[in-house]
Amino acid sequence: MTRDMVLRVVAKLLIPFILLFALYVQFHGDFGPGGGFQAGVILAAAMVFYAIVFGLDNARKVLPDRLVETMVAAGVLLYLGVGVAGPLLGGNFLDYFVLAADPVAGQHRGIFWIELGVAITVCGVMLKVYYLFAGRGPEDD
Amino acid sequence: MNLAAHLPALQVVLPLAAAPLAVLLRGRGAAFMLVTLAAWAAFAVSILLWLQVNASGPISYAIGSWAPPWGIEYRVDSLSALLLMLVCGIAAVVLPYARASIERELRQDVHYLFYAMFALCLAGLAGIAITGDAFNLFVFLEISSLSSYVLIALGRDRRALVAAYQYLIMGTIGATFIVVGVGLLYLKTGTLNLADMGVRLQEMTSHRPVLAALAFLTVGISLKLALFPLHQWLPNAYAYAPSAVSAFLAATATKVSVYALLRFYFSVFGETAVFKRLPMEDLMLILALAGMFVASAVAIFQHDLKRLFAYSSVAQIGYIVLGISFDSVTGLTATIAHLVNHAVTKGGLFLLLGAVMAGMGGVTLARVHGIGRVMPLTAFGIVLCGLGLIGVPGTAGFVSKWYLILAALEKGQWWLVFLIVASSLLAVAYVWRFVEAAYFHAPRADLATVREAPAGLAIPAWTLVGATIWFGLDTSVTVGSAARAAAMLLGGAP
Repeated sequence: MTRDMVLRVVAKLLIPFILLFALYVQFHGDFGPGGGFQAGVILAAAMVFYAIVFGLDNARKVLPDRLVETMVAAGVLLYLGVGVAGPLLGGNFLDYFVLAADPVAGQHRGIFWIELGVAITVCGVMLKVYYLFAGRGPEDD
Repeated sequence: MNLAAHLPALQVVLPLAAAPLAVLLRGRGAAFMLVTLAAWAAFAVSILLWLQVNASGPISYAIGSWAPPWGIEYRVDSLSALLLMLVCGIAAVVLPYARASIERELRQDVHYLFYAMFALCLAGLAGIAITGDAFNLFVFLEISSLSSYVLIALGRDRRALVAAYQYLIMGTIGATFIVVGVGLLYLKTGTLNLADMGVRLQEMTSHRPVLAALAFLTVGISLKLALFPLHQWLPNAYAYAPSAVSAFLAATATKVSVYALLRFYFSVFGETAVFKRLPMEDLMLILALAGMFVASAVAIFQHDLKRLFAYSSVAQIGYIVLGISFDSVTGLTATIAHLVNHAVTKGGLFLLLGAVMAGMGGVTLARVHGIGRVMPLTAFGIVLCGLGLIGVPGTAGFVSKWYLILAALEKGQWWLVFLIVASSLLAVAYVWRFVEAAYFHAPRADLATVREAPAGLAIPAWTLVGATIWFGLDTSVTVGSAARAAAMLLGGAP
């Protein structure tokens, strides 16, 4: 779609706002609808949009396959890291109460990192699925 | 940090953490080491949990320090401890085998993903067995199912993709039914904790939504455990999956689903609600018998050994469900003992078939002609496991059939004894087909120089064959644990 001027300009204008909206959904998850899953999907949607308009090769330059695969694993590890922090600090597994001196602050801190892990993994999985489908040429069975 | 107090969490976290780490490491050697170590550690944890439960009763662990019934509870009792030990033990044996096996069967660039999926599947299966929360159980069921679809689809044969797709469709229908059932129960009781649910359901077991939940859960879980006639996905899935995956899934996946069924029937709905007020005994009896006979008969006419023994698995699930249908301590003892005995036998069998696949290049009956001469040890192992399936004294299968017959006699149903023996004769017939091919035919000219399976394949396989014999002679672990679990399910000692 190299010649679709309108589409390219609109995409360049919109993508920063989509990314910003993803961050809003991520950090507003504490107080309203939203959270890591939705934010991860919106982040991935921005990248998919970019890949559709500017081509898969350009998208792969921004987020290479290796990085996407690392994201899939890193998010889960971040989640597990928060989980294991519980026992290390004297609580149970996934215990947020012990993450800060004040239990309520601990809950906030715990869910913040958990949701970040969720967002990273969800975004990674969405992109991985998209790359796999989009990267399949018509010739390979 | 007191490690012993966190064993229930470690049981799931160890394999769950191994999966993303294997993806990050990417190297197949590193991924193999990591996942195998995690599985061995998980096996050690499950043994410790089993000892602890036997010594001091059920263990409860509050995830996130939210006390049950509000938070998610991990609960280890005598039944779940046995299942955990089975699942982790089989994984610990299959993983070393997998290294040598997938070397031959899978493209090298997907090896690390294979190990990651295997670890996820193990985490899911262990999670089902350990959790005390209905929704958590569903989530772990999905984790194990999704990873097993991927594992099956990795098979070298292109039909593996169709088989995995078929399993995916059936498995998803099953999962949907299960989540509808759990939703209805949540609607009626306002709790997701299984034990709490069981207490609250006692006064409303005849309410329509509860009965609907029972129906949904029964159908959903029966799909997962491949109860006849909901077994259609199983033969293809086992036949075309990579050998290590066939062995692991045949030994664990359906068994854990049986565990979920037992848990819902006896710990949530309660024995009276399921068996005394509803004609479930007759229903399960009929389906179990149909499975035992139809699946065994179909097995006799298979040409592919993996398919043959996959149909035999459906028949063996018939025995397991038959034990449940008796609704007695002896019947449940037989069911739970057969869970373990059949898992070990069938696991060993599929591992040996993988060795045959590696040596002879295929497992059709025509191809394994004369295998008794070229791979004598492997052929002998398959015959031993076959004897276990038939239920010859001295093998694990005999022990569970013995208890099934005792349970039938207890109920005065002597005609069932006759049927159990008759269906074992069908097993003789399908095992004989292998014996005939292996020992009464000359090997094909191009396969006459095949050598015995390498140690990497033979040692894990023979570990399970050895266990089949061991559990046939010493029943203190299997029947002992099974009897305790059966007594607990029917409201006796914990």
